[in-house]
Amino acid sequence: MTEIAPKALSESQGAATDNLTDHLQWDALVDATRKLSGAQLLIELLERQRITCIAGVPGGANLPMYDALSHSSIQHILARHEQGAGFIAQGMARLTGQAQVCFASSGPGATNLLTAVADAHLDSIPIIAITGQVSQAMIGTDAFQEIDTFGLMLPISKHNYLVRSAEELLEVIPAAFELALSGRPGPVSIDIPKDVQNEIITVGELPAPGTRAADPAVSAEEVHTLLEQVSTAHKPVFMIGGGIVYAGATDQLRQFAEKLDVPCVQTFMGLGVLPSDHPLSLGMLGMHGAPFTNLVLEECDLLVGLGVRFDDRATGKVSAFCPNAEFIHVDIDNSEIGKVLTPAQSIVADVGSVLQLGNELLEVQQNTQWRQRVTQLKHDHPLELDGKDELFRPYGAIARVAEILDDSANITTDVGQHQMWVAQAYPFKRPRQWISSGGLGTMGFGLPAAIGMALAAPERKTICFSGDGSLMMNIQELATAAEKNLDIKVIVLNNRHLGLVRQQQTLFYGKNLHAVKLEQHTDFPAVARAMGMNGIDLSECENPEQALHQALSEHGPCLINIPVSETEMVFPMVAPGGANKDMIMAEASAGATK
Amino acid sequence: MSIANTAILKLTVRNHPGVMSHVCGLFARRAYNLEGIMVRPVCDNRKFSRMWLLVNEEDRLQQLIRQTEKLVDVISVEEHAMEGSAFESTQKYFV
Repeated sequence: MTEIAPKALSESQGAATDNLTDHLQWDALVDATRKLSGAQLLIELLERQRITCIAGVPGGANLPMYDALSHSSIQHILARHEQGAGFIAQGMARLTGQAQVCFASSGPGATNLLTAVADAHLDSIPIIAITGQVSQAMIGTDAFQEIDTFGLMLPISKHNYLVRSAEELLEVIPAAFELALSGRPGPVSIDIPKDVQNEIITVGELPAPGTRAADPAVSAEEVHTLLEQVSTAHKPVFMIGGGIVYAGATDQLRQFAEKLDVPCVQTFMGLGVLPSDHPLSLGMLGMHGAPFTNLVLEECDLLVGLGVRFDDRATGKVSAFCPNAEFIHVDIDNSEIGKVLTPAQSIVADVGSVLQLGNELLEVQQNTQWRQRVTQLKHDHPLELDGKDELFRPYGAIARVAEILDDSANITTDVGQHQMWVAQAYPFKRPRQWISSGGLGTMGFGLPAAIGMALAAPERKTICFSGDGSLMMNIQELATAAEKNLDIKVIVLNNRHLGLVRQQQTLFYGKNLHAVKLEQHTDFPAVARAMGMNGIDLSECENPEQALHQALSEHGPCLINIPVSETEMVFPMVAPGGANKDMIMAEASAGATK
Repeated sequence: MSIANTAILKLTVRNHPGVMSHVCGLFARRAYNLEGIMVRPVCDNRKFSRMWLLVNEEDRLQQLIRQTEKLVDVISVEEHAMEGSAFESTQKYFV
């Protein structure tokens, strides 16, 4: 629709002459000013942000947005629950590093989105949650499906807006994308009242899309100091985290670690930065880290945190974390410096820029003695993957899946024992191959996140390891996956229990097992089939190995149920609040588990 | 009230509905002790507000300031002496 506002018309007419140049300018003005509704403007601004896919659920307060969206080239994924929509957007964002959008209506639509937004906040994921709101005249009257979305989103988002006029969208939408992507990424919530969506305004040239703002400059002096510390340390270790994934700095990190010959522990969010079989990789540290990993940290004399936030699941009891080490902290978020522990040196900058400069300035070194000691610890205190050769045991099932797939498959999980088993045992080879809910630990994350991953990378297989507890928390999205015929395999390590809670009750509450048994043994393959996708139970297959191979190889969504014993545990385990050196091992607790 | 362990922060923030929620919400969710707050739009530029905070967080003051600076609506944070602050001449209203 090309209309032109009367005021603009009269002004330009007054200026018009027979001069050709002026005619051209006048034509440009006619083209440039149009009347749009707030909703149409919103969709255009999202198109300009190169959004190609939005997950959401429509409702009364966002109907104008959906009306406008129907005329757009943007694909819409109709989630079965707003939390699913939020995690679908997250899956796309975690895989691409680009900001992604989800839609929900007011009231329950908005409250259903909260968990996915909070999850994105804790894992620094750039999503834009756009909600409808009741009309401004109704705000504050307890109107139907009215809720204080601004107030609810405030503590769980990087920033949030309540848009008060259609014109504000011109500023808010690009600003939201810039915020979501800049510095430490994070979710932004935009609440748009229905009258703002319906308001007709005249727009001229649209603003430039919001992009990541320039990162702070890195000082060579600071990097020199860092390098000096690393070269004078006798037992240096790098702790590498999600910041390296988000900075796209995997190659720089590998080069940096190799040239300085420094072993690296990976946080849960940093898995995949170093291939698990890389000689400098020490795997994951912390609560379920390998024994040698935590023991290396006991001995190290310098720990350089690169794009990490020293989460308590990684550090254990902070006062006992790396007791012999000085800390250096490199992170782009100034407020992370000194939050958990006090570093001797800190650099507030994009970790990729620091590593790049570091690689230019460093002198190649070798830490022969220290590396020998690390190798010794690795040898003496390995990660025992009990049952790794048996298909119907957790490590065995994970190993079998990894053997069948090649490195191109992307992996996500839900939250619980299966998540930790996968984090410990899956041979991750590249960043963004591994996507999981780290900070919030949201059961129900995996399936919708897998849908988002499959939408963003349809050429790859997407594997969602889940448990029978977690899967149930967003199981409705099986229908979404089936509808889109995505190449997703949901692997349920089914122990008929809330396994990680059962484990904690076993270890820390005197085996007083309560409220952890899922007595109604849901037939998950049947549920999958009822929702339109394939479903198999390996325990009912004549040749389970072959059935697994076939299910993974075929294109299309499939649920694969693998029964495992409820007595399986994740070991080692550090008690919550305990020191990382005090790991509970499988043998020590063998009596407790039977 | 003893002000022995308190610090005074002078903030410049964007003046819009919700900015108070952002600042107060941060203090509440990170469990920082906020003893006093005074805020008004800046006289010669209503796009901004001046916010005075009286905080009781000796050990975590640096961390508190960094977290406050991170808020998108906060333009600047300065530590300020009691002398010349909004709290100095208004003590009599809080007896």
